[in-house]
Amino acid sequence: MKIINFFKSFLLLDFLKAFYLAQKYFFRKKATINYPFEKGKLSPRFRGEHALRRYPSGEERCIGCKLCEAVCPAQAITIETQPRDDGTRRTLRYDIDMVKCIYCGLCEESCPVDAIVQGPNFEFTTETRKELYYTKEKLLENGDRWETVIAENLEADAKYK
Amino acid sequence: MINLAQTYFIEVMTIILYCLLIFVPLLLGVVMALYADRKIWAAVQKRRGPNVVGPYGLFQVPADGLKFIFKEIILPDGSDKTVFLIAPIITLALSIAAWAVVPVQAGVVLANINVGILYIFAISSLGVYGILMAGWSSNSKYPFFGALRSAAQMVSYEVSIGFVIITVLLCVGSLNLTEIVMAQKTIWFFIPLFPMFIVFFISALAETNRPPFDLPEAESELVAGYQTEYSGMPFVLFMFGEYINILLMCAMTTILFLGGWLPPIDIYPLNAVPGFVWFLLKVTFVFYLFAMVKAFVPRYRYDQLMRLGWKVFLPLSLFAVVVTSSILFFFNLAPGM
Repeated sequence: MKIINFFKSFLLLDFLKAFYLAQKYFFRKKATINYPFEKGKLSPRFRGEHALRRYPSGEERCIGCKLCEAVCPAQAITIETQPRDDGTRRTLRYDIDMVKCIYCGLCEESCPVDAIVQGPNFEFTTETRKELYYTKEKLLENGDRWETVIAENLEADAKYK
Repeated sequence: MINLAQTYFIEVMTIILYCLLIFVPLLLGVVMALYADRKIWAAVQKRRGPNVVGPYGLFQVPADGLKFIFKEIILPDGSDKTVFLIAPIITLALSIAAWAVVPVQAGVVLANINVGILYIFAISSLGVYGILMAGWSSNSKYPFFGALRSAAQMVSYEVSIGFVIITVLLCVGSLNLTEIVMAQKTIWFFIPLFPMFIVFFISALAETNRPPFDLPEAESELVAGYQTEYSGMPFVLFMFGEYINILLMCAMTTILFLGGWLPPIDIYPLNAVPGFVWFLLKVTFVFYLFAMVKAFVPRYRYDQLMRLGWKVFLPLSLFAVVVTSSILFFFNLAPGM
């Protein structure tokens, strides 16, 4: 056995095998993608950047129930509410501190009217910290921008909820 | 007086021109080698490698170089600043100097000296000084360890490289690199001296601090070894020196064992191709092997490295010298006998 091993190492058999393997992998299909130019597929459940949605009529969905604020484990959400002139309760402020947020998706789960959702966008880096303190305007704007995709994703995931 | 100036001027200009003729292709070669190295390494790991800067990422290396040029040269507080800055210059200068005697084609060589192989051997032995100086002058523990390892490693493997070269020289009967290539007209030396070819290849890996023998700059233990404290231009000089040395070792393998610029078979369409094309192809092939080895062989432990050098390669190459010379003597094959 010792002699066999000696010849094995002497003839560099392991080395040749490894070379063959490396050569085989050399021509394999690449596992990586050209990231900024092509992107990987995301699940409909992907929890990315937050957005506040509106009804098709343009009315904002959020009713200011503060369930998300209560459930948020990182306490990243701050909400202030007030009744509007027509008697419905709406938010005055809806701030999310994206630095605190841990992207757990509990806010989305707790929302009774599907107002706050986590969209598919994950490329929202900023140059200053301040820009990551999202306000209601920013969140509503996100909702308007991503509405089509968000609606599709909610639809796709609805049967598992 | 004017005549004298003219003759000297022309002389000096010719020398500078010759130097540029070596330096510029070498620089291009290094850029391509760095790129190829990264691409091959990436391909084996099923990655893409650099592919954003320029077509197929070809400008990645020049872009990196540009970045280094604009970076600050940091001189560590406790360092010996003169030695610290001279070290990379020595490394680069020596690695380029060795190329003066490398023939890329019949007669196409800057200095066709009779002791070419000895000259290369001497110059590449001096190369360790650049690394030692860098490690010592940095006044920091990682560079120091890196330099110590590097010195021990290069000295150990130079011994077996020396004996391998002697076996080749026994078959040639000359120290001139051009004649070494011409002696391979009938058969390339890697066929009769195959075990020596392997020993030389592995020793060359160790000599140039390439994986699996990259202990002097093992990033998992020594950060970056002797280059740890370097930044900006001095770092680039080290990088270039290292890669020029790697290319030199590829060229040496080609010249000693793969028949230099000679075509594989001396028949019409093959021997019509200019010699330096063959030379370039062979060097590329050897470099490919270097890069592949980097991709699939794990790093040696230090004691394993020393054991391989002193307990396996040294006796093996010494034995080969005895056997080769005996065969040449008893069958009256030795050249010049």
